[in-house]
Amino acid sequence: MEKLLEVKDLTKQYALGSLIARILITAVDRISFYMDQAEIFTLAGESGCGKTTTAKIVLGFEEATSGTILHSGKPQTRKEKVWITEGVQAIFQDPFSTFNPLRTVDSYFFETVKNYRLAESKTDAIELIDQKLRSVGLTYGEFAGKYPNEFSGGQLQRISIARALMTNPKLIIADEPVSMVDASLRMAIVNLFKKLRDELGVSVLYITHDLATAYYVSDRIAIMFRGNIVEMGTVEQVLMNPRHPYTRLLRESIPQADPRQTWSDTVTLAELEHDEYLREGCKFAGRCPMVMERCRREVPRDLFVGDVLVKCHLYEGSGETSPS
Amino acid sequence: MEIQTETILRTENLKAFYVLDMHGTQKIVKAVNEVDLAIKENEIYGIAGESGCGKTTLLKALFNVIEPPLRLIGGKIYYRVNWEEVEVTSLSPEEKRRLRLEYISYIPQGSMSVLNPVLKIKESYQDFIASHVPEQSRKETMELAQKQIVELGLPKNILNAYPHQLSGGMRQRVTIALSALLSPRIMIGDEPTTALDVVVQRGVIQMLKEIQRKLQNTIILVTHDMGVHANVAHRIGIMYAGKIVEEGTTIQIFDNPLHPYTQFLINSLPKFGDKMMRESVPGSPPSLADLPRGCPFHPRCPYTKDICRESMPGFSYPDEKHRVACWLIGEGEHGKAS
Ligand SMILES: Nc1ncnc2c1ncn2[C@@H]1O[C@H](COP(=O)(O)OP(=O)(O)O)[C@@H](O)[C@H]1O
Ligand SMILES: Nc1ncnc2c1ncn2[C@@H]1O[C@H](COP(=O)(O)OP(=O)(O)O)[C@@H](O)[C@H]1O
Ligand SMILES: [Mg+2]
Ligand SMILES: [Mg+2]
Repeated sequence: MEKLLEVKDLTKQYALGSLIARILITAVDRISFYMDQAEIFTLAGESGCGKTTTAKIVLGFEEATSGTILHSGKPQTRKEKVWITEGVQAIFQDPFSTFNPLRTVDSYFFETVKNYRLAESKTDAIELIDQKLRSVGLTYGEFAGKYPNEFSGGQLQRISIARALMTNPKLIIADEPVSMVDASLRMAIVNLFKKLRDELGVSVLYITHDLATAYYVSDRIAIMFRGNIVEMGTVEQVLMNPRHPYTRLLRESIPQADPRQTWSDTVTLAELEHDEYLREGCKFAGRCPMVMERCRREVPRDLFVGDVLVKCHLYEGSGETSPS
Repeated sequence: MEIQTETILRTENLKAFYVLDMHGTQKIVKAVNEVDLAIKENEIYGIAGESGCGKTTLLKALFNVIEPPLRLIGGKIYYRVNWEEVEVTSLSPEEKRRLRLEYISYIPQGSMSVLNPVLKIKESYQDFIASHVPEQSRKETMELAQKQIVELGLPKNILNAYPHQLSGGMRQRVTIALSALLSPRIMIGDEPTTALDVVVQRGVIQMLKEIQRKLQNTIILVTHDMGVHANVAHRIGIMYAGKIVEEGTTIQIFDNPLHPYTQFLINSLPKFGDKMMRESVPGSPPSLADLPRGCPFHPRCPYTKDICRESMPGFSYPDEKHRVACWLIGEGEHGKAS
């Protein structure tokens, strides 16, 4: 079956520094993944691992250095703006930066109605807006004429989801949509993603560093580290039985809401981000508790342990290699 | 293991409101409303609650910085300084300033902005030392700073870096190290781990625990993340609409949460290995400028009774060290709600 989204060997490089001391960062390094319809797929990893860069390229906001992106089998080109904005919508981290504080929030909705000719009359428009707002637990009545600062962060994030839904997208790309909201409101947002998937068949590319909500909502997950996908599979497989030492570190570092389960060992934190990006061999070698000599020299291959992709020398010989 | 210790910071019926003039009419935001706290020596006291419930305002008040539009409406704040309890709100500005420098330190929310972006970390340290330490011991303090940075596991050459060269987590740890430099008896941290990646967050928590163990002081830590509280706090106060509605040891709060609000906070957390549907707290928090009558949680509470709409419950003490203000739990000390 045709995939809703297919990303193949996507690479993005940035040149940093002055002309003399130029360094080239491979922010995204030949990553491949796909998404099915009505699926929540998570891209997880700590800040500066290439999540936003990937999202921006899939959204057509940035150009890839190399690689292919297929939307329902059709290649994405930067010129196909129309298709991109209709089928794919985005939600960002800070809902307060999505809306201009001097504009009423409803004006954005009417603008979308007008740009996409979604309704013939104002009454029809209001009905449509109300319908979208209701799917996120709000109503037109409690929102009309208000400015962004009259809403809480959680409400505003739900409003930005309703706005994304206006054009009936097949895919929503949500870049850290819960990292600015309270733990208690996080669940309201991720429950909404579940509802969109189950009731409207919408797929969500959920970008986060919060593995607990990722486990809760998503079907499959890819763990990124410094531009690479280091582990990918179903959330059950990846998060309940993590194989890559980096996934294990992430999993162990989530504070459990259980005072009897606190950490006993100490953790090694990252060196400067760019040092890790520029590292030869495995990028995680500098912090890996299981590091071997070859990790510092050789880039690990994509190995399959069962259905799970693991990019780690530890699994060399124990599994099959990438089918490609 | 628990050590009986003395109270180091205490509030009595503390009320601090924002008094705002809105086109000639007064608007009063009841951000800290009748709060009684007794925080001990040698403990990490956690404060949890949704955003907007008054956590930051309470910390400002505990730090004894109450500046317009925030006003002290009533109540007292006591610090125990050199074995003696001092009421601090009535001190002179100079006395308040000295206490803040030597006795209590504050890590503000988004504290990465504490570091001056155009100065090297070393220069920020020097500025801090120049304004806090007498001339003759400044050199010594700078040496201490260098030693402390290494002890806390930060890279030694960090002092020669500019803030923008460091990651957010590294800047946050530098700020915490700086706030601990003069060995304050009380450290106050406002969401120091929020918006950090899990691994970095773990590093920050590790550092706070380490500092507390070394200095044997008191840390008051605000975060909405119950997972963080479970890992660091000895006791937790749950704040709702400007009030502490439940307080207990960390074990009591997690094993036996009694207030329906606390139960929501804990039960809504996703758990690995359990994909059961989890509900967040229904509805949204009330406006602190227009509080509902009775218990402020009643409009969102699934167990509301008539009395909840009428009056605020006082505290019941279901167990030693555990108190809760909820009509479901007991009669409470009515009218004396915190
Ligand atoms: N426009 C840009 N110019 C230069 N470097 C960039 C740019 N955008 C991102 N980067 C670098 O690429 C890496 C990945 O960044 P990003 O995709 O934003 O990560 P994440 O979203 O996972 O935090 C980082 O090292 C970042 O500094
Ligand atoms: N400077 C201010 N002026 C007026 N109202 C304020 C000010 N700061 C905070 N508030 C209000 O006080 C209440 C409590 O805020 P805050 O203490 O920041 O809560 P929290 O830290 O729990 O999010 C909120 O309703 C907020 O809008
Ligand atoms: Mg990002
Ligand atoms: Mg706050």
